[in-house]
Amino acid sequence: MRAEAILATRDLTIEFKGFKAVDGVNLNIEQGTIHALIGPNGAGKTTCFNLLTKFLTPTKGTILYKGRDITALKPAEIARLGIVRSFQISAVFAQFTALENVRVALQRRRGDSFDFWRSERVLTRYDREARELLEAVGLADYASVRAGELPYGRKRALEVATTLALDPSMLLLDEPLAGMGHEDVDRMAALIRHVSTNRTILMVEHNLSVVASLSDRITVLARGKVLAEGSYATVSSDERVVEAYMGGMHA
Amino acid sequence: MSAHDVAVPAAVEGDGARPSGRTYGVLLAVLVGVILVAPYFLYPVFLMKVLCFALFASALNLLLGYGGLLSFGHAAFFGFASYISAHAAKVWGLPPELAILSGTAAATVLGAVFGALAIRRQGIYFAMITLALAQLIYFVSLQSEFTGGEDGIQSVPRGVLFGVLPLTDDRTLYYVVATIFLAGFLLIFRIIHSPFGQVLRAIRDNEPRAISLGYRTVQYKLATFVISAGIAGLAGATKALVFQLASLTDVHWSMSGEVVLMTLVGGMGTIFGPAVGAIVVVSMQNYLATLGAWVPIVQGIVFVVCVLLFREGIIGVLSRWTKRPL
Repeated sequence: MRAEAILATRDLTIEFKGFKAVDGVNLNIEQGTIHALIGPNGAGKTTCFNLLTKFLTPTKGTILYKGRDITALKPAEIARLGIVRSFQISAVFAQFTALENVRVALQRRRGDSFDFWRSERVLTRYDREARELLEAVGLADYASVRAGELPYGRKRALEVATTLALDPSMLLLDEPLAGMGHEDVDRMAALIRHVSTNRTILMVEHNLSVVASLSDRITVLARGKVLAEGSYATVSSDERVVEAYMGGMHA
Repeated sequence: MSAHDVAVPAAVEGDGARPSGRTYGVLLAVLVGVILVAPYFLYPVFLMKVLCFALFASALNLLLGYGGLLSFGHAAFFGFASYISAHAAKVWGLPPELAILSGTAAATVLGAVFGALAIRRQGIYFAMITLALAQLIYFVSLQSEFTGGEDGIQSVPRGVLFGVLPLTDDRTLYYVVATIFLAGFLLIFRIIHSPFGQVLRAIRDNEPRAISLGYRTVQYKLATFVISAGIAGLAGATKALVFQLASLTDVHWSMSGEVVLMTLVGGMGTIFGPAVGAIVVVSMQNYLATLGAWVPIVQGIVFVVCVLLFREGIIGVLSRWTKRPL
Protein backbone atom coordinates (compact mmCIF):
# COMPACT_ATOMS: atom_id res chain seq x y z
CA MET A 1 0.00 0.00 0.00
CA ARG A 2 1.62 3.21 -1.16
CA ALA A 3 0.91 6.64 0.23
CA GLU A 4 0.60 9.46 -2.25
CA ALA A 5 3.92 10.74 -3.63
CA ILE A 6 4.40 14.46 -2.94
CA LEU A 7 7.50 14.66 -5.13
CA ALA A 8 8.23 12.23 -7.91
CA THR A 9 10.62 12.00 -10.82
CA ARG A 10 10.14 10.08 -14.03
CA ASP A 11 13.19 9.01 -15.99
CA LEU A 12 15.19 11.97 -14.67
CA THR A 13 18.44 12.29 -16.62
CA ILE A 14 21.18 14.83 -16.98
CA GLU A 15 24.10 14.50 -19.30
CA PHE A 16 27.35 16.46 -19.16
CA LYS A 17 29.20 16.05 -22.45
CA GLY A 18 28.12 12.45 -22.83
CA PHE A 19 28.54 11.56 -19.17
CA LYS A 20 25.25 10.72 -17.53
CA ALA A 21 25.58 12.01 -13.99
CA VAL A 22 21.97 11.12 -13.28
CA ASP A 23 20.55 8.41 -15.47
CA GLY A 24 16.86 7.59 -15.68
CA VAL A 25 16.08 8.05 -12.01
CA ASN A 26 12.53 7.39 -10.79
CA LEU A 27 11.91 8.66 -7.30
CA ASN A 28 8.73 8.59 -5.26
CA ILE A 29 8.87 10.62 -2.11
CA GLU A 30 5.83 9.99 0.00
CA GLN A 31 4.02 12.70 1.84
CA GLY A 32 5.07 13.09 5.45
CA THR A 33 8.14 10.87 5.32
CA ILE A 34 11.84 11.42 5.78
CA HIS A 35 13.44 10.11 2.64
CA ALA A 36 17.20 9.75 2.38
CA LEU A 37 19.25 9.72 -0.78
CA ILE A 38 22.53 7.93 -0.21
CA GLY A 39 25.30 6.44 -2.27
CA PRO A 40 29.07 6.40 -2.63
CA ASN A 41 31.00 9.45 -3.80
CA GLY A 42 30.20 10.47 -7.34
CA ALA A 43 26.93 8.55 -7.36
CA GLY A 44 25.07 11.66 -8.51
CA LYS A 45 23.33 12.50 -5.25
CA THR A 46 24.09 16.19 -5.26
CA THR A 47 23.46 16.46 -8.99
CA CYS A 48 20.11 14.80 -8.48
CA PHE A 49 19.44 17.18 -5.64
CA ASN A 50 20.26 20.19 -7.77
CA LEU A 51 17.92 18.90 -10.46
CA LEU A 52 15.09 18.66 -7.97
CA THR A 53 15.67 22.23 -6.78
CA LYS A 54 16.02 23.47 -10.37
CA PHE A 55 19.57 24.71 -9.92
CA LEU A 56 20.33 22.36 -12.83
CA THR A 57 18.12 21.62 -15.82
CA PRO A 58 17.58 17.97 -16.71
CA THR A 59 18.42 16.71 -20.19
CA LYS A 60 15.24 14.67 -20.08
CA GLY A 61 12.64 13.38 -17.69
CA THR A 62 10.03 15.09 -15.56
CA ILE A 63 9.66 16.20 -11.98
CA LEU A 64 6.21 16.13 -10.42
CA TYR A 65 5.20 17.95 -7.28
CA LYS A 66 1.78 17.00 -5.94
CA GLY A 67 1.05 15.63 -9.39
CA ARG A 68 1.95 18.86 -11.14
CA ASP A 69 4.79 19.00 -13.65
CA ILE A 70 7.37 21.41 -12.26
CA THR A 71 10.25 20.49 -14.57
CA ALA A 72 10.30 23.87 -16.31
CA LEU A 73 9.99 26.07 -13.24
CA LYS A 74 12.76 28.33 -11.94
CA PRO A 75 14.36 27.86 -8.50
CA ALA A 76 12.57 30.82 -6.92
CA GLU A 77 9.21 29.49 -8.14
CA ILE A 78 9.86 26.07 -6.59
CA ALA A 79 10.51 27.79 -3.28
CA ARG A 80 7.24 29.66 -3.64
CA LEU A 81 5.42 26.36 -4.07
CA GLY A 82 6.77 25.25 -0.71
CA ILE A 83 9.86 23.23 -1.58
CA VAL A 84 12.79 24.83 0.18
CA ARG A 85 16.34 23.57 -0.07
CA SER A 86 19.41 23.84 2.09
CA PHE A 87 22.96 23.89 0.81
CA GLN A 88 25.94 21.66 1.43
CA ILE A 89 28.02 24.63 2.48
CA SER A 90 25.96 26.36 5.09
CA ALA A 91 23.94 29.11 3.49
CA VAL A 92 23.39 32.00 5.81
CA PHE A 93 23.52 35.71 5.10
CA ALA A 94 26.83 36.29 6.84
CA GLN A 95 26.49 40.07 7.14
CA PHE A 96 23.10 39.81 8.81
CA THR A 97 22.43 38.99 12.42
CA ALA A 98 20.72 35.68 13.14
CA LEU A 99 17.48 37.54 13.69
CA GLU A 100 17.76 39.36 10.36
CA ASN A 101 18.45 36.10 8.57
CA VAL A 102 15.12 34.72 9.70
CA ARG A 103 13.37 38.03 9.10
CA VAL A 104 14.42 38.14 5.48
CA ALA A 105 12.60 34.86 4.96
CA LEU A 106 9.51 36.01 6.85
CA GLN A 107 9.50 39.19 4.82
CA ARG A 108 9.31 37.24 1.57
CA ARG A 109 6.29 35.30 2.69
CA ARG A 110 4.43 38.46 3.64
CA GLY A 111 5.33 40.12 0.37
CA ASP A 112 6.35 43.66 1.26
CA SER A 113 9.86 43.20 -0.02
CA PHE A 114 9.58 45.65 -2.85
CA ASP A 115 8.80 48.59 -0.57
CA PHE A 116 11.81 50.78 -1.16
CA TRP A 117 10.19 53.92 0.16
CA ARG A 118 9.57 52.65 3.68
CA SER A 119 11.98 52.49 6.55
CA GLU A 120 13.39 49.11 7.42
CA ARG A 121 12.01 49.69 10.89
CA VAL A 122 8.75 48.19 9.63
CA LEU A 123 10.62 44.89 9.65
CA THR A 124 10.66 44.87 13.44
CA ARG A 125 7.12 43.59 13.26
CA TYR A 126 8.59 40.22 12.30
CA ASP A 127 10.90 40.18 15.30
CA ARG A 128 8.62 38.22 17.60
CA GLU A 129 8.01 35.45 15.10
CA ALA A 130 11.70 35.40 14.17
CA ARG A 131 12.69 35.02 17.83
CA GLU A 132 10.28 32.12 18.24
CA LEU A 133 11.87 30.38 15.27
CA LEU A 134 15.35 30.99 16.65
CA GLU A 135 14.25 29.57 19.95
CA ALA A 136 12.89 26.47 18.25
CA VAL A 137 16.36 25.66 16.92
CA GLY A 138 18.15 26.62 20.13
CA LEU A 139 19.48 29.96 18.95
CA ALA A 140 17.50 32.27 21.20
CA ASP A 141 20.67 33.67 22.77
CA TYR A 142 22.32 34.33 19.43
CA ALA A 143 19.67 36.60 17.92
CA SER A 144 21.90 39.64 17.56
CA VAL A 145 25.10 37.83 16.63
CA ARG A 146 26.24 38.21 13.06
CA ALA A 147 25.57 34.96 11.22
CA GLY A 148 29.10 34.92 9.81
CA GLU A 149 30.48 34.77 13.35
CA LEU A 150 28.36 31.83 14.49
CA PRO A 151 30.08 28.47 14.99
CA TYR A 152 29.44 26.00 12.20
CA GLY A 153 26.80 23.90 13.91
CA ARG A 154 24.86 27.02 14.85
CA LYS A 155 24.99 28.28 11.30
CA ARG A 156 23.27 25.13 10.14
CA ALA A 157 20.67 25.49 12.83
CA LEU A 158 20.10 29.08 11.71
CA GLU A 159 19.65 27.83 8.19
CA VAL A 160 16.92 25.51 9.40
CA ALA A 161 15.21 28.34 11.27
CA THR A 162 15.33 30.51 8.15
CA THR A 163 13.90 27.70 6.07
CA LEU A 164 11.12 27.06 8.58
CA ALA A 165 10.18 30.74 8.41
CA LEU A 166 8.77 29.98 4.97
CA ASP A 167 6.69 27.17 6.45
CA PRO A 168 7.51 24.88 3.53
CA SER A 169 5.62 21.65 2.99
CA MET A 170 8.79 19.99 1.78
CA LEU A 171 12.42 20.37 2.82
CA LEU A 172 15.35 19.31 0.71
CA LEU A 173 18.46 19.02 2.86
CA ASP A 174 21.83 18.71 1.18
CA GLU A 175 24.12 16.89 3.62
CA PRO A 176 22.72 18.58 6.71
CA LEU A 177 25.30 16.89 8.96
CA ALA A 178 28.39 17.42 6.83
CA GLY A 179 31.38 18.69 8.77
CA MET A 180 29.71 18.51 12.16
CA GLY A 181 31.10 17.20 15.42
CA HIS A 182 29.30 14.58 17.52
CA GLU A 183 27.45 16.98 19.71
CA ASP A 184 26.16 18.95 16.73
CA VAL A 185 25.19 15.83 14.82
CA ASP A 186 22.92 14.71 17.64
CA ARG A 187 21.40 18.13 17.99
CA MET A 188 20.83 18.44 14.26
CA ALA A 189 19.35 14.96 13.94
CA ALA A 190 16.92 15.80 16.74
CA LEU A 191 16.11 19.04 14.96
CA ILE A 192 15.42 17.29 11.68
CA ARG A 193 13.13 14.86 13.43
CA HIS A 194 11.42 17.75 15.15
CA VAL A 195 10.74 19.74 11.99
CA SER A 196 9.59 16.67 10.07
CA THR A 197 6.22 16.84 11.79
CA ASN A 198 3.66 17.56 9.10
CA ARG A 199 6.42 17.93 6.54
CA THR A 200 8.16 15.83 3.97
CA ILE A 201 11.94 15.75 4.01
CA LEU A 202 14.34 14.58 1.38
CA MET A 203 17.95 14.56 2.44
CA VAL A 204 21.25 13.65 0.94
CA GLU A 205 23.45 12.37 3.73
CA HIS A 206 26.67 10.44 4.29
CA ASN A 207 26.25 9.70 7.96
CA LEU A 208 24.68 6.26 7.70
CA SER A 209 23.89 5.80 11.35
CA VAL A 210 21.82 8.99 11.32
CA VAL A 211 20.23 7.98 8.05
CA ALA A 212 19.34 4.64 9.64
CA SER A 213 17.73 6.20 12.66
CA LEU A 214 15.95 9.07 10.93
CA SER A 215 14.74 7.90 7.55
CA ASP A 216 11.53 6.15 6.75
CA ARG A 217 12.76 5.29 3.32
CA ILE A 218 16.11 5.21 1.57
CA THR A 219 17.11 5.36 -2.06
CA VAL A 220 20.61 4.25 -2.91
CA LEU A 221 22.21 5.81 -5.97
CA ALA A 222 25.30 4.51 -7.72
CA ARG A 223 26.73 5.77 -10.98
CA GLY A 224 23.70 7.92 -11.54
CA LYS A 225 21.19 5.12 -11.23
CA VAL A 226 18.89 3.87 -8.52
CA LEU A 227 20.51 0.80 -7.07
CA ALA A 228 18.05 -0.05 -4.35
CA GLU A 229 15.15 1.45 -2.48
CA GLY A 230 13.35 0.62 0.74
CA SER A 231 13.77 0.76 4.48
CA TYR A 232 17.25 0.79 6.01
CA ALA A 233 17.02 -2.91 6.78
CA THR A 234 16.17 -3.68 3.17
CA VAL A 235 18.87 -1.62 1.51
CA SER A 236 21.61 -2.42 3.99
CA SER A 237 21.19 -6.12 3.37
CA ASP A 238 21.16 -5.63 -0.40
CA GLU A 239 24.30 -7.18 -1.83
CA ARG A 240 24.62 -4.65 -4.64
CA VAL A 241 24.56 -1.82 -2.12
CA VAL A 242 27.29 -3.40 -0.03
CA GLU A 243 29.27 -4.01 -3.20
CA ALA A 244 28.87 -0.41 -4.35
CA TYR A 245 30.05 0.97 -1.03
CA MET A 246 32.94 -1.47 -0.65
CA GLY A 247 33.95 -1.07 -4.27
CA GLY A 248 33.89 2.67 -3.77
CA MET A 249 36.20 2.37 -0.80
CA HIS A 250 38.77 0.29 -2.60
CA ALA A 251 38.83 2.37 -5.71
CA MET B 1 33.71 21.23 17.12
CA SER B 2 35.42 22.08 20.35
CA ALA B 3 35.52 25.79 19.62
CA HIS B 4 31.81 25.54 19.71
CA ASP B 5 30.52 27.60 22.53
CA VAL B 6 33.26 30.18 22.46
CA ALA B 7 31.01 32.90 21.12
CA VAL B 8 29.41 34.26 24.25
CA PRO B 9 26.17 35.75 23.05
CA ALA B 10 25.85 38.31 25.81
CA ALA B 11 29.12 39.94 24.82
CA VAL B 12 28.01 40.47 21.27
CA GLU B 13 24.53 41.54 22.12
CA GLY B 14 23.71 44.90 20.59
CA ASP B 15 27.03 45.33 18.80
CA GLY B 16 27.52 47.77 15.97
CA ALA B 17 25.86 45.51 13.43
CA ARG B 18 22.76 47.67 13.31
CA PRO B 19 23.19 51.14 11.96
CA SER B 20 22.44 53.50 14.77
CA GLY B 21 19.96 56.15 13.76
CA ARG B 22 21.74 58.77 15.80
CA THR B 23 25.07 58.46 13.96
CA TYR B 24 23.31 58.96 10.67
CA GLY B 25 21.27 61.84 12.04
CA VAL B 26 24.37 63.68 13.22
CA LEU B 27 26.25 63.05 9.98
CA LEU B 28 23.32 64.19 7.87
CA ALA B 29 23.02 67.37 9.94
CA VAL B 30 26.75 68.02 9.44
CA LEU B 31 26.36 67.40 5.71
CA VAL B 32 23.47 69.84 5.41
CA GLY B 33 25.38 72.41 7.46
CA VAL B 34 28.46 72.12 5.26
CA ILE B 35 26.36 72.39 2.12
CA LEU B 36 24.64 75.52 3.44
CA VAL B 37 27.80 77.46 4.30
CA ALA B 38 30.14 76.12 1.60
CA PRO B 39 29.34 78.75 -1.07
CA TYR B 40 30.56 81.47 1.30
CA PHE B 41 34.01 79.94 1.21
CA LEU B 42 34.29 78.25 -2.15
CA TYR B 43 33.42 79.00 -5.74
CA PRO B 44 29.74 77.93 -6.26
CA VAL B 45 30.27 76.45 -9.74
CA PHE B 46 33.00 74.21 -8.39
CA LEU B 47 30.71 73.16 -5.54
CA MET B 48 27.86 72.43 -7.94
CA LYS B 49 30.18 70.25 -9.97
CA VAL B 50 31.11 68.38 -6.80
CA LEU B 51 27.44 67.94 -5.88
CA CYS B 52 26.51 66.62 -9.34
CA PHE B 53 29.32 64.10 -9.24
CA ALA B 54 28.58 63.20 -5.63
CA LEU B 55 25.02 62.34 -6.64
CA PHE B 56 26.24 60.47 -9.72
CA ALA B 57 28.69 58.42 -7.63
CA SER B 58 26.05 57.76 -4.97
CA ALA B 59 23.75 56.42 -7.70
CA LEU B 60 26.47 54.11 -8.98
CA ASN B 61 27.20 53.03 -5.42
CA LEU B 62 23.60 51.97 -4.94
CA LEU B 63 24.13 49.47 -7.74
CA LEU B 64 27.76 48.56 -7.05
CA GLY B 65 27.97 48.74 -3.29
CA TYR B 66 24.50 47.48 -2.40
CA GLY B 67 23.48 45.52 -5.47
CA GLY B 68 26.91 44.02 -6.06
CA LEU B 69 26.79 44.89 -9.76
CA LEU B 70 29.62 46.80 -11.43
CA SER B 71 28.25 48.89 -14.26
CA PHE B 72 30.92 50.23 -16.52
CA GLY B 73 28.45 52.19 -18.59
CA HIS B 74 26.89 54.67 -16.21
CA ALA B 75 28.20 57.58 -18.27
CA ALA B 76 25.47 56.70 -20.77
CA PHE B 77 22.75 57.64 -18.27
CA PHE B 78 24.59 60.66 -16.96
CA GLY B 79 25.52 61.99 -20.40
CA PHE B 80 22.32 61.08 -22.20
CA ALA B 81 20.27 62.81 -19.52
CA SER B 82 22.44 65.90 -19.83
CA TYR B 83 21.80 66.02 -23.59
CA ILE B 84 18.05 65.64 -23.13
CA SER B 85 17.98 68.24 -20.39
CA ALA B 86 20.07 70.70 -22.43
CA HIS B 87 17.97 70.08 -25.53
CA ALA B 88 14.72 70.49 -23.60
CA ALA B 89 15.85 73.78 -22.09
CA LYS B 90 17.39 75.23 -25.23
CA VAL B 91 15.35 73.93 -28.16
CA TRP B 92 12.01 73.14 -26.57
CA GLY B 93 12.30 76.11 -24.22
CA LEU B 94 11.20 74.12 -21.18
CA PRO B 95 11.68 75.59 -17.70
CA PRO B 96 14.63 74.14 -15.73
CA GLU B 97 12.51 71.84 -13.51
CA LEU B 98 10.94 70.18 -16.57
CA ALA B 99 14.25 70.04 -18.43
CA ILE B 100 15.85 68.19 -15.53
CA LEU B 101 12.81 65.97 -15.21
CA SER B 102 12.87 64.99 -18.89
CA GLY B 103 16.57 64.18 -18.68
CA THR B 104 15.95 62.03 -15.61
CA ALA B 105 13.01 60.27 -17.24
CA ALA B 106 15.05 59.57 -20.37
CA ALA B 107 17.85 58.05 -18.30
CA THR B 108 15.36 55.93 -16.39
CA VAL B 109 13.88 54.52 -19.59
CA LEU B 110 17.37 53.93 -20.98
CA GLY B 111 18.24 52.22 -17.71
CA ALA B 112 15.24 49.91 -18.03
CA VAL B 113 16.30 48.90 -21.55
CA PHE B 114 19.99 48.41 -20.72
CA GLY B 115 19.13 46.72 -17.45
CA ALA B 116 16.78 44.24 -19.11
CA LEU B 117 19.58 43.32 -21.52
CA ALA B 118 22.41 43.09 -19.02
CA ILE B 119 20.95 42.03 -15.68
CA ARG B 120 21.13 38.28 -16.13
CA ARG B 121 24.89 38.43 -16.59
CA GLN B 122 27.28 38.64 -13.69
CA GLY B 123 30.65 40.04 -12.79
CA ILE B 124 32.88 40.94 -15.70
CA TYR B 125 30.22 40.00 -18.27
CA PHE B 126 27.78 42.43 -16.76
CA ALA B 127 30.44 45.16 -16.77
CA MET B 128 31.32 44.44 -20.42
CA ILE B 129 27.71 44.51 -21.61
CA THR B 130 27.01 47.78 -19.84
CA LEU B 131 30.20 49.20 -21.35
CA ALA B 132 29.22 48.04 -24.84
CA LEU B 133 25.74 49.51 -24.56
CA ALA B 134 27.15 52.78 -23.25
CA GLN B 135 29.54 52.95 -26.19
CA LEU B 136 26.49 52.67 -28.42
CA ILE B 137 25.09 55.80 -26.78
CA TYR B 138 28.45 57.50 -27.20
CA PHE B 139 28.41 56.69 -30.90
CA VAL B 140 24.86 57.97 -31.30
CA SER B 141 25.83 61.16 -29.44
CA LEU B 142 28.83 61.65 -31.69
CA GLN B 143 26.89 61.14 -34.92
CA SER B 144 23.40 62.44 -34.39
CA GLU B 145 22.46 66.00 -35.06
CA PHE B 146 20.59 66.97 -31.94
CA THR B 147 23.64 66.48 -29.69
CA GLY B 148 25.75 68.81 -31.77
CA GLY B 149 28.45 66.17 -32.24
CA GLU B 150 31.90 67.43 -31.26
CA ASP B 151 30.52 70.85 -30.26
CA GLY B 152 27.88 69.53 -27.90
CA ILE B 153 24.90 71.67 -26.93
CA GLN B 154 26.25 75.04 -25.85
CA SER B 155 24.87 78.09 -24.06
CA VAL B 156 21.95 76.24 -22.55
CA PRO B 157 19.66 78.72 -20.78
CA ARG B 158 19.36 78.15 -17.04
CA GLY B 159 15.86 79.56 -17.15
CA VAL B 160 13.48 80.53 -14.38
CA LEU B 161 12.63 77.87 -11.81
CA PHE B 162 8.86 77.30 -11.44
CA GLY B 163 8.42 80.53 -13.35
CA VAL B 164 9.50 82.63 -10.34
CA LEU B 165 13.15 82.05 -9.52
CA PRO B 166 15.73 83.08 -12.13
CA LEU B 167 18.76 80.81 -11.95
CA THR B 168 21.31 83.10 -13.56
CA ASP B 169 22.94 83.84 -10.22
CA ASP B 170 25.41 81.10 -9.32
CA ARG B 171 24.59 81.12 -5.65
CA THR B 172 20.85 80.81 -6.28
CA LEU B 173 21.45 77.92 -8.61
CA TYR B 174 23.78 76.41 -6.05
CA TYR B 175 21.01 76.06 -3.49
CA VAL B 176 18.72 74.51 -6.10
CA VAL B 177 21.42 72.00 -7.02
CA ALA B 178 22.08 71.34 -3.34
CA THR B 179 18.37 70.60 -2.84
CA ILE B 180 18.38 68.19 -5.78
CA PHE B 181 21.48 66.51 -4.43
CA LEU B 182 19.99 66.11 -0.96
CA ALA B 183 16.73 64.75 -2.37
CA GLY B 184 18.58 62.15 -4.45
CA PHE B 185 20.93 61.33 -1.60
CA LEU B 186 18.09 60.85 0.88
CA LEU B 187 16.20 58.72 -1.62
CA ILE B 188 19.23 56.43 -1.94
CA PHE B 189 19.61 56.39 1.84
CA ARG B 190 15.98 55.40 2.24
CA ILE B 191 16.21 52.68 -0.41
CA ILE B 192 19.23 51.14 1.27
CA HIS B 193 17.45 51.11 4.62
CA SER B 194 14.12 49.82 3.40
CA PRO B 195 12.62 46.32 3.26
CA PHE B 196 13.69 46.33 -0.39
CA GLY B 197 17.23 47.29 0.60
CA GLN B 198 17.28 44.46 3.10
CA VAL B 199 16.50 41.95 0.36
CA LEU B 200 19.11 43.58 -1.86
CA ARG B 201 21.74 43.11 0.84
CA ALA B 202 20.66 39.50 1.21
CA ILE B 203 21.07 38.94 -2.53
CA ARG B 204 24.51 40.51 -2.55
CA ASP B 205 25.49 38.44 0.46
CA ASN B 206 24.30 35.07 -0.88
CA GLU B 207 22.26 35.02 -4.06
CA PRO B 208 21.61 31.24 -4.31
CA ARG B 209 20.24 31.28 -0.80
CA ALA B 210 18.01 34.27 -1.57
CA ILE B 211 16.70 32.36 -4.58
CA SER B 212 16.10 29.27 -2.49
CA LEU B 213 13.99 31.40 -0.15
CA GLY B 214 11.81 32.22 -3.13
CA TYR B 215 13.15 35.64 -4.05
CA ARG B 216 13.06 36.42 -7.76
CA THR B 217 16.44 38.07 -7.50
CA VAL B 218 16.60 39.32 -11.08
CA GLN B 219 13.64 41.62 -10.44
CA TYR B 220 15.33 43.19 -7.44
CA LYS B 221 18.55 43.73 -9.32
CA LEU B 222 16.74 45.19 -12.30
CA ALA B 223 14.77 47.59 -10.11
CA THR B 224 18.03 48.72 -8.51
CA PHE B 225 19.64 49.19 -11.90
CA VAL B 226 16.77 51.35 -13.14
CA ILE B 227 16.70 53.49 -10.00
CA SER B 228 20.47 53.90 -10.16
CA ALA B 229 20.30 54.90 -13.84
CA GLY B 230 17.52 57.39 -13.09
CA ILE B 231 19.46 59.09 -10.29
CA ALA B 232 22.61 59.16 -12.44
CA GLY B 233 20.42 60.86 -15.04
CA LEU B 234 19.18 63.38 -12.49
CA ALA B 235 22.81 64.27 -11.77
CA GLY B 236 23.66 64.59 -15.46
CA ALA B 237 20.56 66.62 -16.28
CA THR B 238 21.37 69.04 -13.47
CA LYS B 239 24.99 69.35 -14.54
CA ALA B 240 23.92 70.41 -18.05
CA LEU B 241 22.12 73.42 -16.61
CA VAL B 242 24.96 74.29 -14.23
CA PHE B 243 27.58 74.43 -16.98
CA GLN B 244 25.03 75.40 -19.63
CA LEU B 245 26.62 72.69 -21.70
CA ALA B 246 26.10 69.08 -22.68
CA SER B 247 29.11 67.49 -24.31
CA LEU B 248 30.70 64.22 -25.36
CA THR B 249 32.84 64.16 -22.19
CA ASP B 250 29.82 63.14 -20.16
CA VAL B 251 28.96 60.11 -22.30
CA HIS B 252 32.54 59.00 -22.82
CA TRP B 253 33.61 55.71 -21.26
CA SER B 254 36.26 57.49 -19.24
CA MET B 255 33.41 59.17 -17.38
CA SER B 256 32.09 55.74 -16.42
CA GLY B 257 35.57 54.95 -15.14
CA GLU B 258 35.83 58.19 -13.23
CA VAL B 259 32.63 57.62 -11.31
CA VAL B 260 33.74 54.09 -10.41
CA LEU B 261 36.99 55.65 -9.20
CA MET B 262 35.12 58.16 -7.03
CA THR B 263 33.04 55.40 -5.51
CA LEU B 264 36.06 53.23 -4.74
CA VAL B 265 38.17 56.06 -3.36
CA GLY B 266 35.37 57.20 -1.08
CA GLY B 267 34.26 53.74 -0.07
CA MET B 268 32.01 51.39 -1.96
CA GLY B 269 29.00 50.21 0.01
CA THR B 270 29.09 53.14 2.41
CA ILE B 271 26.46 55.88 2.39
CA PHE B 272 28.81 58.86 2.52
CA GLY B 273 31.78 57.35 0.69
CA PRO B 274 30.87 58.19 -2.92
CA ALA B 275 30.25 61.84 -2.04
CA VAL B 276 33.63 62.04 -0.32
CA GLY B 277 35.21 60.31 -3.32
CA ALA B 278 33.60 62.88 -5.61
CA ILE B 279 35.02 65.71 -3.51
CA VAL B 280 38.50 64.19 -3.68
CA VAL B 281 38.49 63.48 -7.42
CA VAL B 282 36.82 66.74 -8.52
CA SER B 283 39.11 68.76 -6.24
CA MET B 284 42.13 67.06 -7.70
CA GLN B 285 40.96 67.86 -11.21
CA ASN B 286 40.32 71.46 -10.28
CA TYR B 287 43.23 72.36 -8.08
CA LEU B 288 45.81 70.33 -9.93
CA ALA B 289 44.61 71.62 -13.30
CA THR B 290 47.87 73.56 -13.64
CA LEU B 291 49.65 70.25 -13.92
CA GLY B 292 47.89 69.75 -17.25
CA ALA B 293 48.51 66.32 -18.71
CA TRP B 294 49.82 65.13 -15.34
CA VAL B 295 46.35 65.14 -13.75
CA PRO B 296 45.40 61.63 -14.91
CA ILE B 297 48.78 60.38 -13.72
CA VAL B 298 48.32 61.89 -10.27
CA GLN B 299 44.80 60.48 -10.27
CA GLY B 300 46.13 57.07 -11.19
CA ILE B 301 48.69 57.19 -8.39
CA VAL B 302 46.00 58.16 -5.89
CA PHE B 303 43.91 55.25 -7.08
CA VAL B 304 46.79 52.80 -6.78
CA VAL B 305 47.59 54.09 -3.29
CA CYS B 306 43.93 53.67 -2.34
CA VAL B 307 43.81 50.11 -3.58
CA LEU B 308 47.07 49.23 -1.85
CA LEU B 309 46.60 51.00 1.46
CA PHE B 310 42.91 51.31 2.12
CA ARG B 311 40.93 49.05 -0.05
CA GLU B 312 37.63 49.93 1.61
CA GLY B 313 38.01 53.57 0.62
CA ILE B 314 38.24 56.61 2.87
CA ILE B 315 34.85 56.22 4.52
CA GLY B 316 35.17 52.44 4.51
CA VAL B 317 38.31 52.71 6.65
CA LEU B 318 36.70 55.27 8.96
CA SER B 319 33.72 52.99 9.28
CA ARG B 320 35.98 50.14 10.34
CA TRP B 321 37.85 52.30 12.87
CA THR B 322 34.71 53.68 14.43
CA LYS B 323 32.97 50.30 14.13
CA ARG B 324 29.86 51.87 12.69
CA PRO B 325 28.35 51.71 9.25
CA LEU B 326 28.77 55.17 7.72
